[in-house]
Amino acid sequence: MIKRKLEELFFKILMILATIVVVGSFFLIVGTIFYKGIPFMNLDMITKTPGGGFYIGKEGGVLNAIIGSLYIAGGATVLGLIISIPVAIYINLYIKGRKITSALIRMAFDVLFGIPSIVYGAFGFLIMVYFGIRASLLGGIIAVTLLVIPILVRTLDEVIRTVPGELRDAALSLGATRWEMAKVVLKQIRPGIYTAILLSFGRGIGDVASVLFTAGFSDNIPTSLHEPAATLPLAIFFQLGSPVEEVQGRAYASALILTLLVLVITVLSEVMIKKFSKHKI
Amino acid sequence: MLVFTMASVSLIAIIGIGLFYRSIPILHQSSWHDLLTKSVWKPLKGLFGFYPFIMGTLWVTGIAIIIALPLCVLTAFYLVEYAHPKVKRVLIPFVNLLSGIPPVIFGVWGVLFIVPFIQSSIAPHFVDFSTGYSVLAGGIVLAVMIFPLIVSILNEVLTTIPQELKDASLALGATKWETIKKVIIRKAAPGIIAATVLAISRAFGETIAVLMVCGNNAIVPHSVFDPGYPLPALIANNYGEMLSIPMYDSALMFAALLLFIIILLFNIVSRIILTRLERKLTT
Repeated sequence: MIKRKLEELFFKILMILATIVVVGSFFLIVGTIFYKGIPFMNLDMITKTPGGGFYIGKEGGVLNAIIGSLYIAGGATVLGLIISIPVAIYINLYIKGRKITSALIRMAFDVLFGIPSIVYGAFGFLIMVYFGIRASLLGGIIAVTLLVIPILVRTLDEVIRTVPGELRDAALSLGATRWEMAKVVLKQIRPGIYTAILLSFGRGIGDVASVLFTAGFSDNIPTSLHEPAATLPLAIFFQLGSPVEEVQGRAYASALILTLLVLVITVLSEVMIKKFSKHKI
Repeated sequence: MLVFTMASVSLIAIIGIGLFYRSIPILHQSSWHDLLTKSVWKPLKGLFGFYPFIMGTLWVTGIAIIIALPLCVLTAFYLVEYAHPKVKRVLIPFVNLLSGIPPVIFGVWGVLFIVPFIQSSIAPHFVDFSTGYSVLAGGIVLAVMIFPLIVSILNEVLTTIPQELKDASLALGATKWETIKKVIIRKAAPGIIAATVLAISRAFGETIAVLMVCGNNAIVPHSVFDPGYPLPALIANNYGEMLSIPMYDSALMFAALLLFIIILLFNIVSRIILTRLERKLTT
């Protein structure tokens, strides 16, 4: 009996320790980023572009990367939504009776979700070579769009599935067409759409492997789709390797900015999900 | 809508075909077998052996899974079976926050924390000298990156296990741990396997974080303190030169194709297991 109790206790402690490691790793990472980043944070960092070249110049900040990231993640999310809202509606509201078809489509998106961003980057690069686009804001947006489509479709699909069947039937029985019913459903899932936007934006802003080949890098804020653009992750990646201390500092500060941005986005989306499930009928 | 759906679904095939098409030149030059088993990597001489990179990927992924799996299984058991609902409600959001952190931040953390830690605290006990940039560093960083994925899948799988089963075992006088060991693990086994397979495929494709910490030496690692050079890092590091050396772009696209095929297979397998499990437990 004592042996069994001891065994129970032993494994319980082991489990608690494991939980502490898993949850603690989050605080360790965020702590490290804050500790290193805060000394280099100042107003210049978020209001100026790097002076004298991003790799050696000691002056300025990372405004180019902040704006570039917002452009790419924003553009990709908008493009992604235009594609994924119809897809999610189609899977849920238009395919009738054929469960296998929709299951297969869902699985395809699960698989697409699992494809690593470096493969999307390489594929985006192939598309660009094919159409003769150079590394630019446009190229980055294309690659990140490919990356976020599966996230958007999966999230939208999940929220549409929570809409009760009665609501759809009620709309249909009033003589609404399928498309009119879809509009009712879309209104119902609006908080879910915001969640999807946040998730996609968060993923888009943080990814580096997909924009590495496609967006290029520039010290300037891009003024057209065909100019190369910097992003925060790229700025971190490139500047961390610099021998100049101030430039490394810029990488730490960028890491802090990016972490803060992503944490805010994640928290917002969590709150959205909670709110959504509370208002569910 | 049909067009968009079909277009995005067929993206899988298009990516595969596109990458394969660009790999044809190198496949003409040497066979699959040669590419995968030769270990000499000299692009300037036209020698492309992927063996060191494949081994680098396997080492880093293996270490990550060995570290992450036990920790995550224990964490999931604790959260689902032991933790007070309030505790669970506080802890789960942190796991979600961890999953939102971008890869490059994990990389920075690896460079600033894990690499120096290995160099000064772990490696001296085992080897004469290590810079810290090693497959072990890559494995640890990757392990932390896949924590949220495994924990959230296991969390879902474990909560779908019927309460009656647990109650029956507990009523027979078994302790909670005995119930976990003899009943729950058996029921959850397919879910644990699926989560592992999914985690492996995520780890295979992870690029930047691993690239930043694992040294990037095109050699076959022989210990955890050796540097390695995984496939994704190879692609990411060399895209700049790839158009200036003949066959180089084809070789890199072949690397991407390899990754794509492996990850595709792993994903399909794990998704099939998970869907079956879901169906079995809900009916």
